[in-house]
Amino acid sequence: MQIRRGSRAALAMIAVVALVIVGCARQQAQQPAGPEKLKIGIVYDVGGRGDLSFNDMAYAGLQRAQQEFGDRIETRDLEPTAGGENREELLRLLAGEGFDLIFGIGFLFTDSVQRVAKEFPNVKFGLVDGFIPDLTEDSNVACLLFNEHEGSFLVGAAAALKSTTNVIGFVGGMKIPLIEKFEAGFIAGARYVKPNIRVLSDYAGTTGEAFRDPVKGKELALAQYDRRADIIYHASGGTGIGVFEAAVTRDRLAIGVDADQSLTVKEDQRGRILTSMLKRVDVAVYETIKAFIENQYKGGYRTFGLANDGVGYAENDYNRDMIADIKPRLEELKQKIVAGEIKVPQSRAELETFLKTIPK
Amino acid sequence: MEYLTSLVSLALIASAIRVTMPILLTALGAVYAERGGVVNIGLEGIMIMGTFFGAVGDFFFAQAFPSLVQAVPDLAPVAGVLAAILAGIAFALIHALVTVTFRVNQIISGVALNLLAAGLARFLNILLFTQATQSPGVRGFTPIDIPLLRDVPALGLLVRGISPMIVVGLLLVVISQWVLLRTRFGLRLRAVGEYPLAADTLGISVTRMRYAGVLLSGALAGMAGAYLAIEQAHLYFEGMTQGRGFIALAAMIFGNWWPLGALGASALFGYFDALSLRVVRLPVPYQFISVLPHVVTILVLAGFVRRAQMPAADGVPYSKEEE
Repeated sequence: MQIRRGSRAALAMIAVVALVIVGCARQQAQQPAGPEKLKIGIVYDVGGRGDLSFNDMAYAGLQRAQQEFGDRIETRDLEPTAGGENREELLRLLAGEGFDLIFGIGFLFTDSVQRVAKEFPNVKFGLVDGFIPDLTEDSNVACLLFNEHEGSFLVGAAAALKSTTNVIGFVGGMKIPLIEKFEAGFIAGARYVKPNIRVLSDYAGTTGEAFRDPVKGKELALAQYDRRADIIYHASGGTGIGVFEAAVTRDRLAIGVDADQSLTVKEDQRGRILTSMLKRVDVAVYETIKAFIENQYKGGYRTFGLANDGVGYAENDYNRDMIADIKPRLEELKQKIVAGEIKVPQSRAELETFLKTIPK
Repeated sequence: MEYLTSLVSLALIASAIRVTMPILLTALGAVYAERGGVVNIGLEGIMIMGTFFGAVGDFFFAQAFPSLVQAVPDLAPVAGVLAAILAGIAFALIHALVTVTFRVNQIISGVALNLLAAGLARFLNILLFTQATQSPGVRGFTPIDIPLLRDVPALGLLVRGISPMIVVGLLLVVISQWVLLRTRFGLRLRAVGEYPLAADTLGISVTRMRYAGVLLSGALAGMAGAYLAIEQAHLYFEGMTQGRGFIALAAMIFGNWWPLGALGASALFGYFDALSLRVVRLPVPYQFISVLPHVVTILVLAGFVRRAQMPAADGVPYSKEEE
């Protein structure tokens, strides 16, 4: 009995080892021969591909680069586990495998990119949404930052102009300064065009999980709709899918984020999306790759705002009629922001001061 | 005053019922497993399988039979729920095989199931949908009105436009209570959980009864997962169970291993969960509210409120030779 058990265990071990070897052999066989290609990798934020917003935008940028420079680059994208704990491992994996340019998508990558970039000085990094202090043009990290508050200001104004109940809502993902930037811009925009409007505001949580909880997103949105909000803006990644569900259930409107979500959501939700706050992560990723291929890569900081169309509001076949009447007003506000006449607040504290400057 | 009235508003209760359902179904499953004497902490993993296969069944059925689904839209979610139940049973079968037939420690097997489920769901998702963490959107059930009750204006949101799975779930509670208390199967299951040697002596197959209990728990946890994916979120999302399988175990214990008790406990969890989402302007942070039912559970388990009466042979593998 003892011997049999031992031999069984040995057999099992051999089977596993054999499987691993076969697996490795097949992977090696797939490696294409030919001239050395530049290797470009992406590690997504929690929420992962298919969130129809933030991460899918990054993927779109990578895809565009792949289509255009397909013969010169080789790309790979990885998704961290649900909690995102292994994001640094994945960065290190890519760097260790000799990738030349690696993107960390999302604010949560800030510390990890900083550490890994120090360990691999010859690898270039792109960090979306994260801010690492004291970078120069020669650094191997490029922080790709967005003026989300500017775009949020415009959709806030759009929501206020379109609201009939005079109550609108905001659903944030994780409660961090980055998402509060969306909130501050949204409230500022709404109050700027309608000083007496009421803005409800909720967050899904305080961890990365808050970006991937559509169940909670739906309940939060339903609660806001029940409190008479008729338009809800979400800045919550995958959680926002629940917000759209709620909008369908209650027959109200919602505003998307990052991507033009009218185009990415399900059929029945499209008509319920007033517009989306565009955050062109795809442009940021694509342009960084392009610069890298052309040997123009620069470390440091790059900001995408209204002025260079890095953020904005979405217009498409589904919402064109809905926003036709307010479009001139939005364009006018956009010009004012670009010209610096309106200085959009970026935080709760700045919002307080901003609200005092609005004439009642 | 505003928040005092909002504590009992219909919208809140409707929300609480929605949040309660997945916990309730899984807790119900746990009752069957533990009444038969098998601890199943793999329920979280089985639920994960349920969420994944619920979405997969729904999605691929709609793709495979578009004309059929066009005619009867609810067929797709039904297929999803069935797929989730089958996946749950298959997963529970592993647990039953390992713990009942091979008498491995039940906790370890459960933990292994949870780990396996998380990895397997991701692997299969990449295989089927070429992305790791979520499925495409799927169709839910057409909401229904409860006949007779729907005309009572005071009940409003509670009886109109609700998910048919809620009705099924509540019926299952009543049926389960009856099965455990009044049927031969229920009596035998409980006997096997209390004193398997006695049951065995009387000619009841301990193995068969325990398999039945564990497989039922798998079916119910799978269904709970399907509810999350198909009815709540309309897609599969990695980690969307958020530990509800474990909360369900707590609810089952809090409910003293009875279906009706599990209903009460799940409703308590669901109510506080919904409350923490709804009442934003309470003087205390919402985290305190959502932690309340868990504190109560600990107090109950510690015997402060009443003695928990678990089945005597719960968690103990049974073998004829060793007794």
